Amino acid sequence: MTFQLFGIGILSWITFLPVIGMIIVLLIPKEARSAMKWTAVGITFLQVVLAVVIYANFNYNLGGINSQEGMQFVEKAKWIDIKSVSWFGRVLIEYFLGVDGISVPMVILTALISFIAVIASWKIDKALKGYMALLLLLDTGMMGVFVALDFFLFYVFWELMLLPMYFLIGVWGGPRREYAAIKFFLYTLAGSVLMLLAMIALYFSVTIIDPASGEKLHTFNLLAMMNPANFEPNSLLAGFGTHMRALAYVALFIGFAIKVPIFPFHTWLPDAHVEAPTAISVILAGVLLKMGAYGLIRISFPIFPELAQKYAFALAILAFINIVYGALCAMAQTDFKKLIAYSSVSHMGIVLLGMSALNTQGMMGAVFQMFNHGTITAMLFLIVGVIYDRAHTRDLNAFGGLALTMPKYTGIMTVAFFAALGLPGLSGFVSEAFSFLGAFQVDKLRVITMASTLGIVLTAAYMLWTLQRVFLGKANEKWSTMPDVDGREIFMLAPLAIIILVLGIYPSFMLNIMTSSVNHLVDLVAKGGAAVALIP
Amino acid sequence: MFVQQIIQNLIHFLPEMVLTATFCIAILAGLIFRNNSKVVGWVAFIGVMTALLFVINQSGTSEEIFSGMIAVDPFAVFFKSLTAICALIIILFSAYSVEVQTTVKRMAEYYALLITMTLGMFLMAGATNLLMMVLAMELTSYSSYILAGYTKEASDSSEASLKYIIYGAVSSGVMLYGVSILFGLSGAMNYSGINRALTLSAPNYYALLIATIFIVVGFGYKISAVPFHFWTPDVYEGAPITITAFLSVASKAAGFAMMMRFFKVIFIDTTILALPSGVWISLYHFEWNKLLVILSVLTMTLGNLVAVWQDNLKRLLAYSSIAHAGYMLMGVVLLSDKGVAAVLIYFVMYLFMNLGAFYVVMLVANKTGSEDISAFRGLGYRSPIISVAMAIFLVSLTGLPPTAGFIGKFYLFSAVLDARWIWLAVVGAVNSVISLYYYARVLRYMFLRDAKDNLENLHILRIEALILLVLAIPTLIFGLYFAPIVDLANASVQMFGLH
Repeated sequence: MTFQLFGIGILSWITFLPVIGMIIVLLIPKEARSAMKWTAVGITFLQVVLAVVIYANFNYNLGGINSQEGMQFVEKAKWIDIKSVSWFGRVLIEYFLGVDGISVPMVILTALISFIAVIASWKIDKALKGYMALLLLLDTGMMGVFVALDFFLFYVFWELMLLPMYFLIGVWGGPRREYAAIKFFLYTLAGSVLMLLAMIALYFSVTIIDPASGEKLHTFNLLAMMNPANFEPNSLLAGFGTHMRALAYVALFIGFAIKVPIFPFHTWLPDAHVEAPTAISVILAGVLLKMGAYGLIRISFPIFPELAQKYAFALAILAFINIVYGALCAMAQTDFKKLIAYSSVSHMGIVLLGMSALNTQGMMGAVFQMFNHGTITAMLFLIVGVIYDRAHTRDLNAFGGLALTMPKYTGIMTVAFFAALGLPGLSGFVSEAFSFLGAFQVDKLRVITMASTLGIVLTAAYMLWTLQRVFLGKANEKWSTMPDVDGREIFMLAPLAIIILVLGIYPSFMLNIMTSSVNHLVDLVAKGGAAVALIP
Repeated sequence: MFVQQIIQNLIHFLPEMVLTATFCIAILAGLIFRNNSKVVGWVAFIGVMTALLFVINQSGTSEEIFSGMIAVDPFAVFFKSLTAICALIIILFSAYSVEVQTTVKRMAEYYALLITMTLGMFLMAGATNLLMMVLAMELTSYSSYILAGYTKEASDSSEASLKYIIYGAVSSGVMLYGVSILFGLSGAMNYSGINRALTLSAPNYYALLIATIFIVVGFGYKISAVPFHFWTPDVYEGAPITITAFLSVASKAAGFAMMMRFFKVIFIDTTILALPSGVWISLYHFEWNKLLVILSVLTMTLGNLVAVWQDNLKRLLAYSSIAHAGYMLMGVVLLSDKGVAAVLIYFVMYLFMNLGAFYVVMLVANKTGSEDISAFRGLGYRSPIISVAMAIFLVSLTGLPPTAGFIGKFYLFSAVLDARWIWLAVVGAVNSVISLYYYARVLRYMFLRDAKDNLENLHILRIEALILLVLAIPTLIFGLYFAPIVDLANASVQMFGLH
């Protein structure tokens, strides 16, 4: 069964639907504000439907990662094909899309978060048309990153997001928005130019034989880059564990680390999150941060397996710093949004710790934590947004006893808070447990893992303390008339709460999808490392 | 026999002859239609268009004409077409420029000089003889000195012109001195002749080095490379925007064409043939490219760093164009066809995005009378079309996908990495991050700041919107589908006497 409509595959549809939506929004006259909102809602809802179709028809047994046969819903076409000149060689850039068990959770997450972000943007007042158009363009960029299997294409999508994000923070953000927006832009661009150089170096090192003409050609195909046999002898990145390869790995790593963000590249994150409007914070935390970790898993690890192993310990140390330092920073905040922002740093550390284990449990925990963090943090930011809409302050000490005035709100919030601190029965617990379990099994990482569990205690501390300051205690007279959550707000929070609960009780809904791919990846990295052992 | 040869060669000289004829007709038309500048504009437009058609007709030929004075080869054809297209766009700009059109009586001069400047650039692109090179450069320079000071009423325009002349005179003097030393060393004027002479007997190394440095001064001045760039910001700020735009693209392109041909043909080691993947070797490892690599790093770094502080948009774009020259120099130093091809690709992309940015500055200056960044305040709400187009041009200048500028940078970095100049690629990459800051500053003024009450909405004419689209659409399309440009550049690397 092929999933096509008008001869265009489902992945193209899910990626480019928002662009269609953007064009429609741009054509709608300025006055028809609700038409714009409903278009955006409709388009993102269709995206969710397509994501569900992908989920329902996904074959659990295929691994993917480095084999095209293992990829599902594949679409492949020539995009740029420049005929051979003797000294230039043929240039072939493909439009190559496909998903495996690692990308599907991210595709679902992106569709879901985009949909919720549109609903959360309902009260945007200023230049609504531009806002919706940019939001939809951003959506395409994010989705594209998770389905692209050609490095060039990946890079184009990766960069496509920057500009909409810059404007969304810069135009619709808080008081220090200009600073936050340019900081975000500069940081990510610095990372991506390094990634660009690594990408070009890889391109010149990898050749495949074109099945049609039999000539050798350089390629941006990510799957081809994962096969050591495809590296030209004497090319820039040939061999194993050479200095050049280490350099390329570090360049890629910095590019992705800035997005995750990994300490010490994290300083853009609190600024961007605090200044961005609620919906954009949700997207930032829910999807954008995952792109960094996804890049490491999809690109860095399988292409440079020996270096992934060599630097696993260093990665674990960075993970430890992220977890503990992020939690400590969160504890020190009085701004509700900044607290959540730092909690993201801490939680992404758990993803990194799981990845550094390089075994099935750890990697599974990492990918699952990426999904869970997406849903949980999105919910937390929405919760902050709800309260900020009403009170116009985010100072934690200004509240108190909200449980009395807003019982429904408090109930929903509790789910998110407890999920974030890893309460068993909620999704966050499962993925955190897997990550720690995986890392603990590796001898080298045992001490770091034990130290990192400190982060869990700290997380519980700041989460509960926040809960106490805002929702419990003596009710602040000032907020006694604050209305409880309305239907729209429940509508955007409820799906996330349900997902968190369901995946907490029965995580296999998500884990089953990932199992084959994660196993395949772990295997691939381990074998790449074995090749190192052969060469002294 | 000799005369006969010259007459035969004239067929390859048609574009230049057309331009010369256009120059004469433009002056005559200016005398006849004194009060109607449109006629001269049309004459110039049609003349350059005809020249462009003749240039395109030349594609595929590879000849040297007038006893080794000028080459007609794919390389020259590429740069001549680029210059001609740029000239056509500038003529369109001029027709709607308030600044230029205030002087209806002198419009004939303006267009006539624009034509001679184009003619000079045509000759620069093809020059294969030291004398021809100097003459072509002087022809271009003299026309641009006058045009830079064209708006006599504005004092900064005259100042610009004077500065331009002084810098130009000094650097062409130094260059001429270098040329004479090179002639003394080799006893030949023709590039291939010099190459043969140098291959036969190695000259004194230091004499050759000094000659090369002196000649680089001339090239550096033409492409405004640091430290020969001092004239650029002042001239760009003082000259009419149309001329600034023309200088920043066409003049730079002609300078690069001349420089690449000079270095490649003169210093290539022809005894070692058929190196793989289009790499060549410099004669007895005379490392002229080390000189240029210093210029390249200085040029892009200083251009970008200084641009950060600019409030006048013409100055900002002046420094940005200096930085772009620095990027392109990276392609020249690699001693590889890939590098040369990357420069050619970059120029095509640069043509659209840079002219576009200057055009927006011109539109805003036409309507508000200010070139300052504050005139752009809230432009996103006052004139969405202009500001979205400007955003596209600026993003492209930064080099972000999916715009043409990214493809230009991509091919440059590819060539640099392929030649394994890794540190140079990193310097270039870091520089594009710096450049983001000042390009984004314009974006910030346009979109992130609200317009003050006293700023009115800008309305643009349909034809102005059309010109914007003509520049903005290629900037986007070439970012997504660039195969034809790359094909063209790959085919245009061929210079006469090589390959």
